[in-house]
Amino acid sequence: MSESIIQIQHLCKTFGGRDETVRALEDISLDIRQGEIFGIIGLSGAGKSTLVRCLNLLERPTSGKVIVDGKDMTALSERELRLQRRKITMIFQGFNLLMQRTCLKNVCFPMEISGVPRGQAEERARELLELVGLADKAGAYPAQLSGGQKQRVAVARALATNPKVLLCDEATSALDPTTTASILKLLRDLNAKLGVTLVVITHQMSVIEEVCSRVAILDGGVVAELGPVQDIFSNPSTDAARRLVYPGGASISQYPTGTHAARVSFNGGTVNQPLIASLAIDCGVKVSILGADTRSVGGKATGTMLLSLPDDPGEATKALNYIRSQPYITVEEVEYHG
Amino acid sequence: MADILEIFTAAFWAEYGAIITRGIWETFIMTAVSTLFAYLIGLPMGVVCVLTQPHGIRPNRAVNTVLGWIINIGRSLPFIILMIAIQPFTKLVVGTKIGIKGAIVPLVVSAAPFIARMVETSLGEVDAGVVEAAQSMGASTFQIVWKVYLPEARPSLVLGGSVVLIAIVGYTAMAGAMGAGGLGDLAVRYGHQRHVPSMMWVTVAFLILLVQVVQSVFSRLSVRIDKRLK
Repeated sequence: MSESIIQIQHLCKTFGGRDETVRALEDISLDIRQGEIFGIIGLSGAGKSTLVRCLNLLERPTSGKVIVDGKDMTALSERELRLQRRKITMIFQGFNLLMQRTCLKNVCFPMEISGVPRGQAEERARELLELVGLADKAGAYPAQLSGGQKQRVAVARALATNPKVLLCDEATSALDPTTTASILKLLRDLNAKLGVTLVVITHQMSVIEEVCSRVAILDGGVVAELGPVQDIFSNPSTDAARRLVYPGGASISQYPTGTHAARVSFNGGTVNQPLIASLAIDCGVKVSILGADTRSVGGKATGTMLLSLPDDPGEATKALNYIRSQPYITVEEVEYHG
Repeated sequence: MADILEIFTAAFWAEYGAIITRGIWETFIMTAVSTLFAYLIGLPMGVVCVLTQPHGIRPNRAVNTVLGWIINIGRSLPFIILMIAIQPFTKLVVGTKIGIKGAIVPLVVSAAPFIARMVETSLGEVDAGVVEAAQSMGASTFQIVWKVYLPEARPSLVLGGSVVLIAIVGYTAMAGAMGAGGLGDLAVRYGHQRHVPSMMWVTVAFLILLVQVVQSVFSRLSVRIDKRLK
């Protein structure tokens, strides 16, 4: 196991004044290993943007430590922090290129800041543009590029200072699926070729699935789950994880008020386990499927299903008890009150 | 009204040509020098305003509030009143209260806060994400101002510059009425006091021409240098 490049220790971030505070992050502890592609996923408002900004101290944590490449970011002087930031660069959803500079000059920008002589900077910028497949766009302005090309320039720019870590903040969220795939491929290639550690922040599970080796699921400012992507995928054990893994999987809020239902989670049983049929045959209760998002991961059924329960309380309890008794299946009652 | 046509006669220009040329020159000098000095003061003020805002990169409530007050006070005095009110200060700085020199001080004092607000607005249009990107790369505050804020806001700053220039031309006319020279002085002294309406109309024509030229040059320049439009 390789060593940690980023250690987040008991990180808390609170916004607001004395009267009204919002706890954006609560006691987050994570270790990100050198050279891995680490995913941080969560829905809007889960705190992932705040978390990533705490890594390079664009946001100062309220408490806790962030250690990047052996240095505690929170303890650095302003000057030291600026130097350390060259090791942990960032790309953004909105690309954030300088619109009045050519692509070449955009890539030169971080090198200008760190005092690299112009000729040397331009030479390296050309190499980097070549690396991201945009050698012919050196003289173009960002406004002349497509979204995917802009993000490639941003990647080249982020690599200019030879960072150890590249933070990708929703870097593909503004791109179409094809372009997303090509940017993800680029990131994976760069990770393999340069050994740069990637921290991928996203709300799209498909992005995590595509590139990440490990993932942390952020929900309400806390890490709900953490582990290898395959494990989280095949067995999402928290509600937050299930919502992300099976986004279409059954949200009761789309049904009329008072709908009495059960959310069934398949946690890796065999795919040919006929739950609904056996429920009808074995205990004579008929249910209908309100929604389902299930898939087979390595021959194992995973996913969630929303079943409407019979109005009769006795029947409903019978059905729930039956489902509970099945292996690899968990169930919770849900009722929508509008 | 018929005597207005005299402005097309050689006799008129023989009599007043030199005075008019001198007036134009004085207006030009007053405008140029005071714009230069007003930017030297107003531009940094505007930059500091943006940096010290609550969501700026150097939030500082005290500085931001005090600077806001100063700018608002400067902007709330009509030029003609400000000019009279600060006469002792003017004398202290340039040694005289009248003439071109005497006009430049109040012009600068009046235009600087105006410029500060124009600059603040222009820099405010710069995408916060780009500033954040520069911060994430370890740029210092000075580098962010010099390499991000000012270049990214350049087209807007140029447009703002035209507004400032035209306002200052207007101020110089008022200064002219207070004995500063320039086109305003000609209009008042000859057009009004000596009843030579032609002089009034000549100055009006030149002022209109000047404003048109300034505006179209700056508008075109702003579009030409804006790389977002390509």
